[in-house]
Amino acid sequence: MIKATVYVTVKQNVLDVQGSAVQGALHSLGFGEVNQVRIGKYLELKLDTSDKAEAEARVKTMCEKLLANTVIEDYRFELS
Amino acid sequence: MAQQLTAKEPTAAQIAEQKIYKQFGVSDEEYAKVCGFLGRQPNYVEIGVFSVMWSEHCSYKNSKPVLRKFPTTGPRVLMGPGEGAGVVDIGDNQAVVFKIESHNHPSAIEPFQGAATGVGGIIRDIFSMGARPIAVLNSLRFGRLENERVKYLFEHVVAGIAGYGNCIGIPTVGGEVMFDESYEGNPLVNAMCVGIIDHDKIQKGVAKGIGNPVFYVGPATGRDGIHGATFASEELTEESEAKRPAVQVGDPFMEKLVLEACIELINSGIVIGIQDMGAAGLTCSSSEMASKAGNGMVLYLDRVPQREEGMTAYEMMLSESQERMLFVVEPDKEEQAKEIFTRWGLICENVGNVTEDGMLTLIHHGEKVAEIPVTALVDECPVYNKPSQVPAYYVQNANVDVSAYAEVDDLNGALKKILASPTVASKEWIYNQYDYMVRTSTAVGPGSDAAVVTIRGTRKALAMTTDCNGRYVYLDPKVGGAIAVAEAARNIVCSGGQPLAITDNLNFGSPEKPEIFWQLEQSADGITEACLALDTPVIGGNVSLYNENAKGAIYPTPVIGMVGLIHDIDHITTQGFKNSGDVVFLLGETKVELGGSELQKVWYGVTEGRPPSIDLAAEGKLQQALLAAIQGGLVASAHDCAEGGVAVALVESAISGKFGVSVNLQTSLRADQALFSESQSRVVVSVAPANEAAFAALMAEHGVPCQTIGAVGAKAERTAEGTRVVGGAEVTITVNGAEAISLPLAEVETTWKDAIPCLMQ
Amino acid sequence: MNFAVLVFPGSNCDIDCYKAVEDTIGQPVDFIWHTATDLSKYDAIIVPGGFSYGDYLRCGAISRFAPVMNEVIKAAQAGKFVLGICNGFQILLESGLLPGAMLRNRSLKFRCHSSLLRVENNTTPFTVDYEAGEVIDIPIAHGEGNYYCDEETLARLHSNKQIVFRYAHENPNGSLDDIAGICNEHGNVVGMMPHPERAVHQLLGSEDGKRMFTSVLKVWRERHGATVNS
Repeated sequence: MIKATVYVTVKQNVLDVQGSAVQGALHSLGFGEVNQVRIGKYLELKLDTSDKAEAEARVKTMCEKLLANTVIEDYRFELS
Repeated sequence: MAQQLTAKEPTAAQIAEQKIYKQFGVSDEEYAKVCGFLGRQPNYVEIGVFSVMWSEHCSYKNSKPVLRKFPTTGPRVLMGPGEGAGVVDIGDNQAVVFKIESHNHPSAIEPFQGAATGVGGIIRDIFSMGARPIAVLNSLRFGRLENERVKYLFEHVVAGIAGYGNCIGIPTVGGEVMFDESYEGNPLVNAMCVGIIDHDKIQKGVAKGIGNPVFYVGPATGRDGIHGATFASEELTEESEAKRPAVQVGDPFMEKLVLEACIELINSGIVIGIQDMGAAGLTCSSSEMASKAGNGMVLYLDRVPQREEGMTAYEMMLSESQERMLFVVEPDKEEQAKEIFTRWGLICENVGNVTEDGMLTLIHHGEKVAEIPVTALVDECPVYNKPSQVPAYYVQNANVDVSAYAEVDDLNGALKKILASPTVASKEWIYNQYDYMVRTSTAVGPGSDAAVVTIRGTRKALAMTTDCNGRYVYLDPKVGGAIAVAEAARNIVCSGGQPLAITDNLNFGSPEKPEIFWQLEQSADGITEACLALDTPVIGGNVSLYNENAKGAIYPTPVIGMVGLIHDIDHITTQGFKNSGDVVFLLGETKVELGGSELQKVWYGVTEGRPPSIDLAAEGKLQQALLAAIQGGLVASAHDCAEGGVAVALVESAISGKFGVSVNLQTSLRADQALFSESQSRVVVSVAPANEAAFAALMAEHGVPCQTIGAVGAKAERTAEGTRVVGGAEVTITVNGAEAISLPLAEVETTWKDAIPCLMQ
Repeated sequence: MNFAVLVFPGSNCDIDCYKAVEDTIGQPVDFIWHTATDLSKYDAIIVPGGFSYGDYLRCGAISRFAPVMNEVIKAAQAGKFVLGICNGFQILLESGLLPGAMLRNRSLKFRCHSSLLRVENNTTPFTVDYEAGEVIDIPIAHGEGNYYCDEETLARLHSNKQIVFRYAHENPNGSLDDIAGICNEHGNVVGMMPHPERAVHQLLGSEDGKRMFTSVLKVWRERHGATVNS
């Protein structure tokens, strides 16, 4: 069993409206040091395989196909 | 009886010795009764099942004596209280199904999910009757919007309602919201759903036919919401926060699938009985279905779909996981039913059978873990006649003379202050978050007296509204209760509809307090009188007691949900002025009635005295006359005078129609009283000049006081988008010829529309 | 002319689109389940609004893998008419039939109200009955209608006249270049956030959406003139 941890975030050059709202809220709460907030999605996948290389390739395809929309989102993942 | 398998659960003897039942809100007396019904001490599962079924939420044990007074029958009533929702005939083999329900306590703890699951629950009540839900309304109460926690609750309750209703695709067409400190810490979230059905499709929640299989449909059961019904029957305290896991999570997508699949199942004609799993989940649905048929039911809990591992019988029976239904079909229809749910991607499991022994029998891991007579659960809950006492505040209020208040020295300022009060101000900020147009049948959306939804394939439409002024009810529960019904009916009539029936949601404080129980009794009397006078029976409803916070009880708030029938879409009438030069009438009499008024609240800073009086016979005449005038094509616009009196009614008609208005009030009252008194049974009507005489004659014929007060003014200039007035129209009101109000329409509109958005920024 | 209205789990404007086709142009229309694998009978396909798959993960992200979408892509390639409304537009974006993607509304709130659109391209099959530059009243109801694409794509949208509708005054969601609706390069696939099927009767507040349906019927008849005349 391999666990894949996938992070999907709005691309740096795309306005993250939720992130901006949270940043504003943090500022108003006195956390002026917050320079940027990016909000994303966190996904945990449990894979029935022990082949790390295969898992790497397949998770990448999953991200490209479904988990992220690469027009507006970036993704990265970790396997453990 | 098998002992519980989980070591953590106490034995029957321990429950008795340590009085563990008390933790579930079961009294010593009730516990003794349970032992009597069983002929032995209940085990943990059994006492859990009893505790939810005998909670106020499920049993109405404290409110039953009061509810019995309501008139519940009438020539059009096809089904009164008792099933998921009431049903009223609207002709052509069609009927309207509607009900209101509260989700106050869950919303106080987790506003988004609390409100969302409230909407989900009431929608299930409607489609479990076999009806297609066509509209949702809501009635909300919050504390003062200046309070940060209130803002949080308000924002997330609205988002929760929007999140559920928008996703499931049922338009949120109307409702009301009021703000007052009495609701701080204990907001009210009441949701109403309206559906349409053909007479021959009406379903009942009955488990008929010995041996017939019982099916569970919907998502798997988890540990969420355990003891939700009991939670709803207690006061909110600081400990409530710790009970947070009791709040369920809604999945409107799942409910959309369950809705479509259940309607398909019902249309296939094979359903014998169907009921949703609402409060007290599997327990309530199974025992009620068995009880209504005079049968029993056996459930094999190992077959219940489970979301979490190691769930006990107790947890499964008490879970309030959402979007689940229970139904019964004949054995040879099992495959047909399963095929429908499979196509919608839903779980549908045979979890038990109808039995003839009258017992609710639960089998888990091959052992019998509970065996309870269903009648004991459903029908034998003790009913309490609580002591009642006239509260001191009510007695003291008799001495308040509202006519002695210092005269308002700035009438324009007072009007603007009232318009900016969140209770009166535009609710656009709220309803623009609701999809009120989906299903493309919304002829009148939020913001007029009542919402109007057309019925496809006919020329008919339904008008619907929710109403209650908690301040009036507080000051005089009987009068306030009657006014709530009368105002709801007036709103329906102003929209062109004939009032049909009501559903009520009685939101009160703790019935253990005699003063609160008095409020409950009195307001039920008032509702009863008004329902009889206006011929609108009560076809169902909900009771929410124990609405208290640290400072005491909320204002008694018996919310009235009413539906009316518009016989022809040509009768649909809205509050906005329609044409420059139309004659403006004021129907009804204005008295010095400022008790509980908006002026009293925002100008004098108090809520005291007696509320406006109500003459139900006069109200009935007014409504008949106005409806006749509307049906006769004489009326251009109609708007009931409510919070803020005739001044606010005129301004709202002007803003809605985007016309100015110029009137003179001829009166023996002071100007401030004439403008802002909240006397009942009054309506502002505009009529084309050609119809002026006929309209006045019709009112005279019905004996309705009717004054020509002025005319609709110039059409306002608007922004390109058409949303805002920028000039060209004025609101001018003189009293006995002396200037009282003189403001540009753009200014009053800005005050009225920007109030809530500004507070929420 | 045969219309298909697709039904995904969670679609909720399917009935409205169906009624709109019936009421505005009275042409035959069928609901088509998301599992369907043959759309050859249909001349126009409407991908309706709603919350397909609950909008979980991303609006339209799961629906685009429904079997019927392969057929929609084939139909689009064959030049048939495809209209995606609201969630339907989001599905067309996710499926790659139209360029770009949707972000949450700038206000972070769902917004439902009437909105004024300017018809920027009246040469698509769905807009020929409008005047170029005409301002029409079509309601919106969405939480994620903030259209986004990269600069290169935007330049292409401009040069190919693929922007069909813009918000005429207030932009309700923060969309790039005030975009409310776009088409593909051939113009036969149109996606828009506003709901023309909700503006087909005076009782609903506007009739301006009717002409999207009359337009497509007119274009279809022109292209199939012989069939109609016979």
